[in-house]
Amino acid sequence: MPDKHFVIPRQDINREDFTSSIPDFNRRAEIMKTDMGYKCIVTNIVQLTKQEKLFKLRIIDPQERGIFRFKPGQFLMLELPGYGDVPISISSSNSNHEFIELCIRKAGHVTSALFTLGEGAHVAIRGPFGSAFPMDEMAGNNVLLIAGGLGFAPLRAPLFWINEHRERFLNVHVLYGVKEPSQQLFTYQFDEWEKISHITLHTIAEHAEEGWIGKTGMITDLFNDITIDPEHTYAIVCGPPVMFKIVCSYLDKLGIPMNRMFVSLERRMHCGMGKCCRCMVGSTFTCVDGPVFDYWSVINLKEAI
Amino acid sequence: MIYKVIAKSEFKRFTDALLRDNTSFGPRQVDTDSRGTAVYQFLPVSSSDDVAFDYTATASSAKHFFLPFREELSRFTFNDQEWDQQITYEANPIVLIGLRACDISALNILDDVLLNGHFPSPYYLAKRKNTFVIGIDHLPLPDCFCKSMSHHTISTGFNVFCSDIGEDYYLSINSSKAFNFLKEFETRDPHDDDNCRLVERRKIISNSFLSEVDVTALPSILDIEFDSPVWEKWGNKCLNCGTCAMVCPTCYCYSVEESFDTDLKGASRQKKLYSCNLVDFAEVAGGHNFRPKNGDRLKYRYYHQHRGFAENANQQICVGCNRCGRACLAGINPKDVINDLRMEKESCLTNISSSPDRI
Repeated sequence: MPDKHFVIPRQDINREDFTSSIPDFNRRAEIMKTDMGYKCIVTNIVQLTKQEKLFKLRIIDPQERGIFRFKPGQFLMLELPGYGDVPISISSSNSNHEFIELCIRKAGHVTSALFTLGEGAHVAIRGPFGSAFPMDEMAGNNVLLIAGGLGFAPLRAPLFWINEHRERFLNVHVLYGVKEPSQQLFTYQFDEWEKISHITLHTIAEHAEEGWIGKTGMITDLFNDITIDPEHTYAIVCGPPVMFKIVCSYLDKLGIPMNRMFVSLERRMHCGMGKCCRCMVGSTFTCVDGPVFDYWSVINLKEAI
Repeated sequence: MIYKVIAKSEFKRFTDALLRDNTSFGPRQVDTDSRGTAVYQFLPVSSSDDVAFDYTATASSAKHFFLPFREELSRFTFNDQEWDQQITYEANPIVLIGLRACDISALNILDDVLLNGHFPSPYYLAKRKNTFVIGIDHLPLPDCFCKSMSHHTISTGFNVFCSDIGEDYYLSINSSKAFNFLKEFETRDPHDDDNCRLVERRKIISNSFLSEVDVTALPSILDIEFDSPVWEKWGNKCLNCGTCAMVCPTCYCYSVEESFDTDLKGASRQKKLYSCNLVDFAEVAGGHNFRPKNGDRLKYRYYHQHRGFAENANQQICVGCNRCGRACLAGINPKDVINDLRMEKESCLTNISSSPDRI
């Protein structure tokens, strides 16, 4: 019997007509880029504070720009070739289809490199990933936005949404606490929000600096200034983990149902797709099931806050 | 599935033909350990003589053919101020021979996790599609507990699976590719007698498990025992080396790192397998570590292994091969940890009511 030869043919999954066991594999790639990034140009950089900069990005390819849509609360992976990628929450309005704004703190390897960029530099973004704040569910109610420090960045997207659909909401309060007054973000928009959109803004700083005429104390002190109707109030809380505990348990005592309080969690992420497991909290992924969780889910997750 | 019976000599000719013309990997003895037992690994093979068909278990698992330690996700080329990104989902066809039932089970679990979630991984898919898997059943090692996890038998995830029934192999053929290859060789349909021998073989395998782990309601026990001192006890032993995750057939957690080429003309984005036992696994920018203690990280590994996560519908992803227990430098064995966890609360049952008297 002659020698048999069996060479296993190669199956190429790069091919267009490839049909895998996953039916929407090709279609999904059109909607959402997960491995290949959208190439963006940095159109504007604003130094907000000593540590934080606001990057304004524009997706270069017009077709890709048309595809990229997100919801308030979602994040994207910002990629600087050669340095790596970092999860950044989107802080611009989701009705702004031209530009994406990202508020970034210089904290690690990649963000330090990002801070050396000038206008006109090219970066890539992947996404958007994650869950969003249920803005439609909140309509018809009072909204309480509570931010601590850099936590204001993810709150800016829902705040924009509220501004654009102001008539759908009753009273809107923003409580914003920082360590030092100089760390306040987006101060240039405070007037616009208060006077045009009728959003009540309360700020407080832990340590007063020279020239600070506002309040001094912890964020919880701001609750004395407002009256909360627990029946018709939704809360969005974002800040350091310590703040979640204090603020959410306070709101819980007031009687706001736990499923009407939303928090945005922060974890290290490497993929954004629920594969690398770096952002696991309890049995869920911050990148796929989060970063926006309602407080009820959060207290059910071990080690969440 | 099609069942055939093939004589062992004919099977040898089949594997020879297959292994010669393809990039093939099979179990081979690489060394003996301090106790004199043979150490096997999946290494390149070119004929059936290279394959140690009677091997016990390999030290590393077969996952590394699908999830290599280091894998390039994408490549950047720089040109002045400009850069370009290239991605190719490429894999060359390989033949894997001699996988055990639990190894194939582990691949099925990885399929579940990496292909059925929100974001199927094309890198994994390319490799999985281009792999020809030949499985062979075996008698378990004394410390295997696959049976407790019900992964000692397998019905999907392979191209051919061979059960040793004396002079012949009882083949389960699960792909047209394998069926077409086997057409060229002398096989026969199983007789009643062969079926009996298969059942007998399965019975022998099933009865030779010496280790057993009680996993009933383990997910809820893990939840209840989240703050148990058991974790601190075992955590204090753990060296945070991450060996368990490296040898585990289902551990897939990774980190992504980017590095410039030395000529600065390009950069590469690489995925590296990681372990949740390594200290910086849950560290965020700014230095806060969400799992700072050894016990926290060890607990997390057991959570992932035995409770499973949303991506695979909260199934247990441990297959019970006990590679981690064998490889652990500190002697931490999943069987002992789980039993300890169970005993933790059972030890306080001082007052169990006896069964009621007969009336």
